Amino acid sequence: MAEGYGSIPSTPLLKDELDIVIPTIRNLDFLEMWRPFFQPYHLIIVQDGDPSKTIKVPEGFDYELYNRNDINRILGPKASCISFKDSACRCFGYMISKKKYIFTIDDDCFVWVGDLGEAGIFAGFADLLLDVGIYLVAKDPSGKQINALEQHIKNLLAPSTPFFFNTLYDPFREGADFVRGYPFSLREGVTTAVSHGLWLNIPDYDAPTQLVKPHERNTRYVDAVLTVPKGTLFPMCGMNLAFNRELIGPAMYFGLMGDGQPIGRYDDMWAGWCTKVICDHLGLGVKTGLPYIWHSKASNPFVNLKKEYNGIFWQEELIPFFQSAVLSKDCTTVQKCYIELSKQVREKLGKIDPYFNKLADAMVTWIEAWDELNHSGAAAEKPNGPAK
Amino acid sequence: MSLNIEDNEVDIVIAALRSDLTAFMEKWRPFFSRFHLIIIKDPDMEEDLQIPPGFDHQVFTKSDMAQILGATSINFSGHSCRYFGYLVSRKKYIVSIDDDCLPARDNTGTLVDAVAQHIVNLKTPATPFFFNTLYDPFCKGADFVRGFPFSLRNGVECVLSCGLWLNIADYDAPTQVVKPNDRNVRYVDAVMTVPVRAMMPVSGINIGFNRELLGPALLPGLRLAGEGKQRWETMEDIWCGLCTKVVCDHLGLGVKSGLPYVWRGDGVDAQGAMESLKREWEGVKLMEEVVPFFQSVRLPRTAVTAEDCVIEMAAMVKEQLGPLNPVFASAADAMVEWVKLWKAVGSQGA
Repeated sequence: MAEGYGSIPSTPLLKDELDIVIPTIRNLDFLEMWRPFFQPYHLIIVQDGDPSKTIKVPEGFDYELYNRNDINRILGPKASCISFKDSACRCFGYMISKKKYIFTIDDDCFVWVGDLGEAGIFAGFADLLLDVGIYLVAKDPSGKQINALEQHIKNLLAPSTPFFFNTLYDPFREGADFVRGYPFSLREGVTTAVSHGLWLNIPDYDAPTQLVKPHERNTRYVDAVLTVPKGTLFPMCGMNLAFNRELIGPAMYFGLMGDGQPIGRYDDMWAGWCTKVICDHLGLGVKTGLPYIWHSKASNPFVNLKKEYNGIFWQEELIPFFQSAVLSKDCTTVQKCYIELSKQVREKLGKIDPYFNKLADAMVTWIEAWDELNHSGAAAEKPNGPAK
Repeated sequence: MSLNIEDNEVDIVIAALRSDLTAFMEKWRPFFSRFHLIIIKDPDMEEDLQIPPGFDHQVFTKSDMAQILGATSINFSGHSCRYFGYLVSRKKYIVSIDDDCLPARDNTGTLVDAVAQHIVNLKTPATPFFFNTLYDPFCKGADFVRGFPFSLRNGVECVLSCGLWLNIADYDAPTQVVKPNDRNVRYVDAVMTVPVRAMMPVSGINIGFNRELLGPALLPGLRLAGEGKQRWETMEDIWCGLCTKVVCDHLGLGVKSGLPYVWRGDGVDAQGAMESLKREWEGVKLMEEVVPFFQSVRLPRTAVTAEDCVIEMAAMVKEQLGPLNPVFASAADAMVEWVKLWKAVGSQGA
């Protein structure tokens, strides 16, 4: 099995409070690499595509697996809000989870091995090692293991500081603090709702950029976590993301993408913009930066261009929409915020394309489904795949 | 993109709060020597300056300042003396570094050319309207990420570059007292644009700016009653930075933060910090009063230059903050006086 195994992290943090949600369409071999870090946690696997295909989950993981048949069975007509043939389907996992926190990761994301001197060699090397059954444990330049999940948990458990920018980045990290001039009344911070991690190797570029720069690799390890200021939007990537499901879960709807839809690869973007507007309104924090994962596979830029095409034009209108979105004072819960946002989507974006009316409907359906499944009285739904 | 930095584009302004600048300038020589230096001697300092040979420089003393400025209500002593340097410069860009800072080493062990990095920051666009998660998209090996609107990818002109400090970080007195042995050892390899409407504490220890566009807004406004020679006994740069950010946001100009690092020497005298704290909580308390003001200040459309903006802000400060503390009323007066001096002594261009 594993060789060159470093020590497994000591007490896993929040192991009974966090679910790991993974969308997949092919296989889950990559889990072997993450085993030292993921094994203590419960996995929710959302199988996209053909439900008759069997997804092999490596031995020893505690998981529940849902395919399209399960989603249809559990949600009935409301299943229409869950995308098909797109990793956006992962948000079903958020909805079905009963835990406080969610960590979601793509199945082509590896644990990062610290030495970037061999970055170029590593890309192919990692795949080779996986093939021959050797799994690497990540180390940072000081020799400590990189545990992306642990960093996300640290990010979520420490406050955010959206009201004033700290030039030394996250003041709650060891070795940092608030700088001179930072008002003391703002030093308590607010609760962190979202932890947005980054990626080394294949960067998360859009199709046009991928076409122009097919060989560019992200080799810069930026040792920082920072709060995205209130009022500032950012592009939230779903490849390496964690959030407090109890605080913000209903806002993490990944939209209508993929099969039968005029757009793809904007699922996480959509969720991110909605989430940020709602976090800003409710006084919650969003962090970005560490942890890094190693993004191993570049997707096909021509396929991506077709998926993103409408998005590239539409985002020009979407950004001003989100930047100027105002939620009324009575929106005191995430669900209320989200429903209000859906009304504004219909009102202001419907004229761009009928898709946005459909999306507004789906946003409402999502909240209805969320509330149904997450009502304290509701019986737990049974998944398809075995729990162990 | 390779950026050419012309020798005659940059002035390096040094506020000399210590008389012997030899070690400081020798260490910076590889990075300073091609540029013109403006050295302002703290008017409160008696001793003569010691400056090593081989630098193209000008020194301004108390009497020079008096001669050029005439009578002025602005107090240019201590750290504020550097603003005089900004006034008399005729270059497009200014880089200013405190005289207790030396070149830092990056993660590869290479000495950092802080001057060049500031100029690169100023010569590449800023992106204040949307946050790029891979930080500066214009640096080599990076770009805009998926989801960043194309219409915002041209960016805006960056007019202020705020650098950082390894070793002794720029903490306030309470923090220094609590953590006298803390050292900043984390080299964060990033430059990023501070988003529009985000307020920030600008530290004057290590900055670069576009004097032509921003000069009138880099001002010595707020002077603490107990202002001292230690950085934690000042707020002049913090106040200046808050005003400057409002001006930049209003004019659609950018502010960056991050690289370059400088190595800030001199151990922290915890006893000294404690003394400052006992003497004067003032700076710390004042920040509480100003936050709501800066969060809500909006400048009129008619303010189209940095001067216009400063005059408008001065009036608002006088009206809204003046009643809270006389220090603010003085700051408002200083802001108006500064614009006057800028028009009289400062020049619009090289």
